[in-house]
Amino acid sequence: MAPRSPAATADPDLALLEPEKLVEAYRLMVLARALDERMWILQRQGKVPFVITGQGQEAAQVGAALALRAGHDIVLPYYRDIALVLALGMSPRELMLSAFARAADPNSGGRQMPNHFSSRRLRILTGSSPVGTQIPHAAGAALASRLRGEDSVVLVSFGEGASSEGDFHEGVNFAAIHRLPVVFFCENNGWAISVPSRRQMNVEGVARRAAGYGIAGVAVDGQDLLAVYRAVAEAAERGRGGEGPTIVEALTYRFVPHSSDDDDRIYRSADEMAEMRRRDPIPAFRERLEAAGLWDEAKEERLRQEVAATVDDAADHAERSPQPDPATVMQHVFASSGRDGHPWRSSA
Amino acid sequence: MAVKRMIDAIREALDEELARDESVIVMGEDVGVKGGVFVATKGLIDRYGPERVIDTPLAESGIVGVAIGAAMNGLRPVAEIQFADFIYPAMDQIISEAARIRYRSNGEWQCPLVVRAPYGAGVRGGLYHSQSVESFFAHVPGLKVVIPSNPADAKGLLKAAIRDDDPVVFLEPKRGYRAIQGEVPEGDYVVPIGPARIAREGEHLTAIAYGMMLHLTMQAAERLEREGVSVEVVDLRTLAPLDRATIVESVKKTGRALVVYEDNRTLGMGAEVAAILAEEALFHLDAPVRRVAMPDVPATPYAAVLEDAVLPNVDTIAQAMRELARV
Repeated sequence: MAPRSPAATADPDLALLEPEKLVEAYRLMVLARALDERMWILQRQGKVPFVITGQGQEAAQVGAALALRAGHDIVLPYYRDIALVLALGMSPRELMLSAFARAADPNSGGRQMPNHFSSRRLRILTGSSPVGTQIPHAAGAALASRLRGEDSVVLVSFGEGASSEGDFHEGVNFAAIHRLPVVFFCENNGWAISVPSRRQMNVEGVARRAAGYGIAGVAVDGQDLLAVYRAVAEAAERGRGGEGPTIVEALTYRFVPHSSDDDDRIYRSADEMAEMRRRDPIPAFRERLEAAGLWDEAKEERLRQEVAATVDDAADHAERSPQPDPATVMQHVFASSGRDGHPWRSSA
Repeated sequence: MAVKRMIDAIREALDEELARDESVIVMGEDVGVKGGVFVATKGLIDRYGPERVIDTPLAESGIVGVAIGAAMNGLRPVAEIQFADFIYPAMDQIISEAARIRYRSNGEWQCPLVVRAPYGAGVRGGLYHSQSVESFFAHVPGLKVVIPSNPADAKGLLKAAIRDDDPVVFLEPKRGYRAIQGEVPEGDYVVPIGPARIAREGEHLTAIAYGMMLHLTMQAAERLEREGVSVEVVDLRTLAPLDRATIVESVKKTGRALVVYEDNRTLGMGAEVAAILAEEALFHLDAPVRRVAMPDVPATPYAAVLEDAVLPNVDTIAQAMRELARV
């Protein structure tokens, strides 16, 4: 830990957000981390079948979310974005309902694996598992909003691995040509499962690719919540002002294996993992808040207790919630589908 | 009723839907200034502007992917893939995304998208301008697959597809764009997606076909009529969801079934129809179900004699009918 210096108290970036917002950002990160850690425990206990999470990426996600107008701007997250959707307004109970695949899971009613986020209320567009497929959707969603004269911005997030997909190119290219208000938010954690960035691309980072599309590209320290907030807010402003899309690349870390089915010790050294942990965004942000006089030990203690109770409640609530009814398995194949999934006979 | 070509009926449908509903947009390669390589969209950009009739980059996955995002956010995009043969880069978007959006979100989101593509052989288009791709999509729940066989249906079914709240793969028999003409009703009308059509009533056997093959099958049926065999012809019109009831009822009446399709024989629509008849009409069958289809070559070859050698034609269809009637 760096020694606290008098200079730290004059942290100009803290002025980017109201003090209450700064404290809220910290709370969201702590809550996201705690939910995330509990999900791994629940999986190891055999209570939930699968976990895929985003520990280490909380600052990038919360920073990006705070730069958006929740429920107004459109968001297409990817499977690590627990902190992002939490910051947009998805509740801990809702996230746990998804982990337990319960009927009340707002994302999919237990049909999709966890973290395939969806919420009409929050304007989170439903996503799938093949990476990068949501990137052209973002361009299309922005096209639709603009045609209606809305001022909403679209943020689509993805890992650096997804930037190798054709859909990344096709989506960014389309948005660039039409100057659509899209923030292409890459959470570059250095690893696409076991494949490192240097085997993913021959350039230093995804933001550099923006030049090839004639759009703005910004690489930012993804462990610095306020730096991410500023970059995404500027990109959103650029989009709203008709200046087109931006690639914002948050350089971040993944502290955990790709998923509960992955063993990252096969491809990452213990030294590397320890080095990553030294760049944990949560204690770093806490220090900044403390240096500014916005946080102290007593507040920390209260927050930890509150978060622990919230996570307990979410997990208990989800575990007790009803399973999906197998009788509903043919529903929603088509708009008017009945029990047999047949769209027109049932109404004929 | 005015007699029109199929391509003109399709353009009318697009024009009328663009005029009727501001949320309808048309997008694809060459659909704007050029008006499409088959001129299906000619003139639309002049009437509705480049914001609603969009010339896209040459990128099939992107065309469909962008259309999906627009559809989830309230538009009704009609995405054109220039030839069905080029649809494969967009398969992931159509199958993994569009078809599952309603199901995977438990009904919260929908994807009212139409993907139009000219398909089929008989135009000397070789391997990559001739393919029948319908079975790939008809296999996927969540997708509707529509193939019109005449101008009136083309117009009415395309309007229904645009108004449908689910993704529709709309395959147009390009050999019939100009070759097939027919009366088209005046004014606004839709032909519902789903029900098949009895194109011709008959007693001795049922022939089931769609698209261009429907015409060849009708000609073969007329030939058989002169030979004293009465053939009922079913035009499927919608391949998914399939109108099982109409097929089964017709075969229960005639006792014999022939399925005609220009797709490869193996696992094509004929296989599904035959399986349905085995499940639901076995004891009404007086003969085994027969198929006339393209042999399992990887799409039709270019040289005229080679293409003719693999495609069903009136002679091969009529011969199959004769043999089936004799059993």
